[in-house]
Amino acid sequence: MQRSIALPIHKERTLKLPLNKVLPFIVPIVVLIAWQVSSNLGWLPSTILPSPIAVFQDGISLTQSGELPKNLSISLYRATLGLLIGGGIGFILGFINGMSKTCRLLFDSSIQMFRNIPHLALIPLIILWLGINESAKISLVAIGTMFPVYINTFHGISSVDKDLIEMGKSYQLTKKQLFSKIIFPAALPQIFVGIRYALGVMWTTLIVAETISASSEIGYMANNAEDFMDMETVILCIVIYAILGKVSDLIAKSFESLFLEWKTLGRNNA
Amino acid sequence: MNDQFISIKNVNKQYDKVTALENVNLSINKGEFVALVGMSGGGKSTLLRLIANLEKPTRGSVTINTNDPVSSTRVMFQEDRLLPWMNLVDNLSFGSKNKEDKRKARRLLDLVELGDFADQYPTQLSGGQKQRVALARALMTDPEILLLDEPLGALDALTRRKMQDLILNICQKNQLTTILVTHDVEEAARMADRIVVMKNATNLYEETCPSNKNAGQIGIVADKVLAEILGESHREVKYA
Repeated sequence: MQRSIALPIHKERTLKLPLNKVLPFIVPIVVLIAWQVSSNLGWLPSTILPSPIAVFQDGISLTQSGELPKNLSISLYRATLGLLIGGGIGFILGFINGMSKTCRLLFDSSIQMFRNIPHLALIPLIILWLGINESAKISLVAIGTMFPVYINTFHGISSVDKDLIEMGKSYQLTKKQLFSKIIFPAALPQIFVGIRYALGVMWTTLIVAETISASSEIGYMANNAEDFMDMETVILCIVIYAILGKVSDLIAKSFESLFLEWKTLGRNNA
Repeated sequence: MNDQFISIKNVNKQYDKVTALENVNLSINKGEFVALVGMSGGGKSTLLRLIANLEKPTRGSVTINTNDPVSSTRVMFQEDRLLPWMNLVDNLSFGSKNKEDKRKARRLLDLVELGDFADQYPTQLSGGQKQRVALARALMTDPEILLLDEPLGALDALTRRKMQDLILNICQKNQLTTILVTHDVEEAARMADRIVVMKNATNLYEETCPSNKNAGQIGIVADKVLAEILGESHREVKYA
């Protein structure tokens, strides 16, 4: 009998791959070089924009003094805790509303109404309720990150292919199995979209929250530097936020490619 | 054996104002291969869904004479309905960690000639290969009844023919009671022991297929069934 044979996967080796890896770095490198050259030639006064090397040196000295690691760890703690709380609540709400029609009717319209209020507009209320301490900042991050995770979890679960659910039921999968084998994996790509969007909101919210009132973290460092006209540190803080945003997106992406490997497979991609 | 394994009595199915089935009566013997044919909207797939217990009849009864009718019935749908996030073995065993389940899944993949693809994902397969996996999955729980809801509709002619032979072979070897829904009367004549024509929400006509399945016999049966589906207009065109 003639048998089908699985052919080994051959990855095409072309010159495109290294170029694809190099291309994203070209613009930042050119900007950095132009910036440094402009500073060296005196076109950009250090009071307006200090040179990249000056900002880098400032970063090293703040790291050596221990100030930068301390402030960075506090910012990371607030961001992570806020995301875990907000993302967790968003996921649970998205899950129950996606799975239960009664819960959807009960909660969804209220949540959608609340979602339309810009969460940063809640700052005065949060300060009045919780003061200017740690919990206020974490709460703001949590509120900001809750909605993207909620919307995407809800949408992901409620738009799972009904044919797959019917197939699962016809194979007598239990409710728990239906969720773990079909609904959750099918909704996962959409949930990841929500998490990545929430990461962006997380940093934006944190920047605003940290500039309200604080005694230690990146926002405080930037505010303090502004008071002393320390432009190197101001720019350093902005660069750190950009790096943190990029790193968190890369972490989310790597989780995505770990859990959603099947999405990259295909007869054309193999 | 001539016992009534599946018994459908006075079955009606209503969706709001649409009558999908009206007063359907049908008996199917154990091990029999029955094809339901007819034009779209005739009620073929609805009847299959009632037998599969995916829906309940509005009136009447569907009885399957076995201890556990639900787990002894498996459906193969028109779409493969494979889980793209699971490899083929896991698609068959629904990700079970049980070694025996995995061994059985590999055995069934061998049976449908896809043993070498066991660790691959559905997105890496062709349409025909995916339907073979769906067939293997349907066999995982050793069903007594196999319900085929136009599973070959989207396949090219050659793959379709190969799949017909594979399904027939498996059904005969395992003595499965099989109900095939199809638009293709030749496919029905080639595969089935009996053809039931569904029209206007009820079963209008039955044709027993000869055991000798040569091309001539298949053509004669297919022609008779087609005439019943299309009515006199078919005869007039064909024999003008």
